[in-house]
Amino acid sequence: MTDQPVPLSAAPAGMRVTRPRLRRMALRAGLYAMLAGFAAFYLLPLFVMVTTSLKGLEEIQSGSLVALPREITFEAWSKAWSGTCTGIQCEGLRPFFWNSVAMAVPAVILSTLIGALNGYALSHWRFRGSNILFGAILFGCFLPFQVVLMPMARVLGLLGLAGSIPGLVLVHVVYGLGFTTLFFRNFYVTVPGELVRAAKIDGAGFFRIFASIFLPLSLPIVTVTVIWQFTNVWNDFLFGVSFSQAGSQPVTVALNNIVNSTTGVKEYNVDMAAAIIAGLPTLGVYVLAGKYFIRGLTAGAVKG
Amino acid sequence: MLSWLERQIPKIILAPTFAAVTVFVYGFIAWTAWISLTKSRLLPNYDFAGLIQYRRLFDNPRWDMAMGNLMVFGLLFILLSMVLGLWLAILLDQQIRAEGLIRTIYLYPMALSMIVTGTAWKWMLNPGLGLESLVQRWGFDGFRFDWLVDPDRAIYAIVIAAVWQASGFVMALFLAGLRSVDGEIIKAAQVDGIPDWRIYASIILPSMAPVFMSAFIVLAHLAIKSFDLVVAMTGGGPGYATDLPATYMYAMAFSRGDLGQAASSAMVMMMVIFAIVVPYLYSELRAKHD
Repeated sequence: MTDQPVPLSAAPAGMRVTRPRLRRMALRAGLYAMLAGFAAFYLLPLFVMVTTSLKGLEEIQSGSLVALPREITFEAWSKAWSGTCTGIQCEGLRPFFWNSVAMAVPAVILSTLIGALNGYALSHWRFRGSNILFGAILFGCFLPFQVVLMPMARVLGLLGLAGSIPGLVLVHVVYGLGFTTLFFRNFYVTVPGELVRAAKIDGAGFFRIFASIFLPLSLPIVTVTVIWQFTNVWNDFLFGVSFSQAGSQPVTVALNNIVNSTTGVKEYNVDMAAAIIAGLPTLGVYVLAGKYFIRGLTAGAVKG
Repeated sequence: MLSWLERQIPKIILAPTFAAVTVFVYGFIAWTAWISLTKSRLLPNYDFAGLIQYRRLFDNPRWDMAMGNLMVFGLLFILLSMVLGLWLAILLDQQIRAEGLIRTIYLYPMALSMIVTGTAWKWMLNPGLGLESLVQRWGFDGFRFDWLVDPDRAIYAIVIAAVWQASGFVMALFLAGLRSVDGEIIKAAQVDGIPDWRIYASIILPSMAPVFMSAFIVLAHLAIKSFDLVVAMTGGGPGYATDLPATYMYAMAFSRGDLGQAASSAMVMMMVIFAIVVPYLYSELRAKHD
């Protein structure tokens, strides 16, 4: 993939004389209008979420969906963070947000670490059956998790991890390994084998070669993998709702409980504030490191 | 030379992953497959009972509904995401100023959880206070946009939110594809005075067939696994109007206590995914060997 844009509209100047300048300008204007229209379509939900979260309930009931708040209030935000009810508890999203942090951080670190070693071993220390093993790991990337939900629930119970955050960490590490291994393997495969062979002849072992040749090269792929894993683990709902209990739920499950609770007055402003809070970490990662986010997305897409 | 132990290190490193994949992927598939062939209800029962669960599944109108919804949802979701994503990629490929910013705006939904997306769209599609009332306020009193609570239309409301979330990603795939087309051929075509639209239709798009294929695979995979968005927007309702195989499976496993049905529906989901993915992977791998 090259970043060189194909210069379609920058054709040799002589070829364009035939097309009247006015028409060309109208075409450009139409093009930008269309791009702006689509940008509005993608931004509208975010805009509505933010403005709704800053309004009072009364203003929501009486005002327009897309109007800016007449009076900005952060009440909904503080309620969403520390006061609203998620089922029986009424402590807001805060404890669940930290549950998600406690789940995502170890799960991301462990699956990235194991994926790096796996990818290294599979790309430069091949043995009989290592390709079959790689295929078997890859296959897991396509698995619809519904197939493993019930046996996983039983195994977590047997391990004494049912309804716990360490249990969720285990689940996310196990089912994240396919992608992390794939990412690292495909990256390390591009390192010349001669380099590794020369190091072996000099007497360097598995870990020595990893630390002195591969690790220094790994920053880009580590970034891609960490972002990919973090986004997936943070945004997961299926595992969270299947394997957690009242106290150990991740933020996505708590958000859904807030929004889809049937009791009491619907506080749309609190719902929206809660949704933004739950989305902020991954959105922040995307804004800060969008390039790596897209790279993970497309790499994961093309191969799995 | 390396000692025996040193030579075993790669295998030792891979051993835990090997064990985990064997148990948590293949072992679990085998367990679910076996349960789908038994009369298990609340508790697993390991006595073989043939295809009784699959017969129950295909006789169940709720499953019919879920599969029908998956067809409608999947086809519309894939088609609309591809058309929109391709169109956006072509628009962005016209040497746009601030391309990076616009790309960022089109793609950010992909960073959000489906639950967040569902929450936002549920609010906007809420007939009383959302887009419907907005347009009515503008003076179109008769305007109706209550798809979310209409059993016949609710599935389309979910399609809207899903397309909003995934189309930017398809755009990114297509944009990368457009940019990897050989620039020389395009220049030659331009020198020959061939109009831009024909260059796209006859040269660029046909050479992007593999990108279409991978976009299709990813979207189909997303569609079949769709769960969170439905839970957040409709909870499968009104009634069972927006039930999908994934919500059916979840209901059977965790609220109905019908392990046999949960297992057989999960197996059907897996087979549908593999029916799409395995031929693709096979052709990919073969292409690399040739």
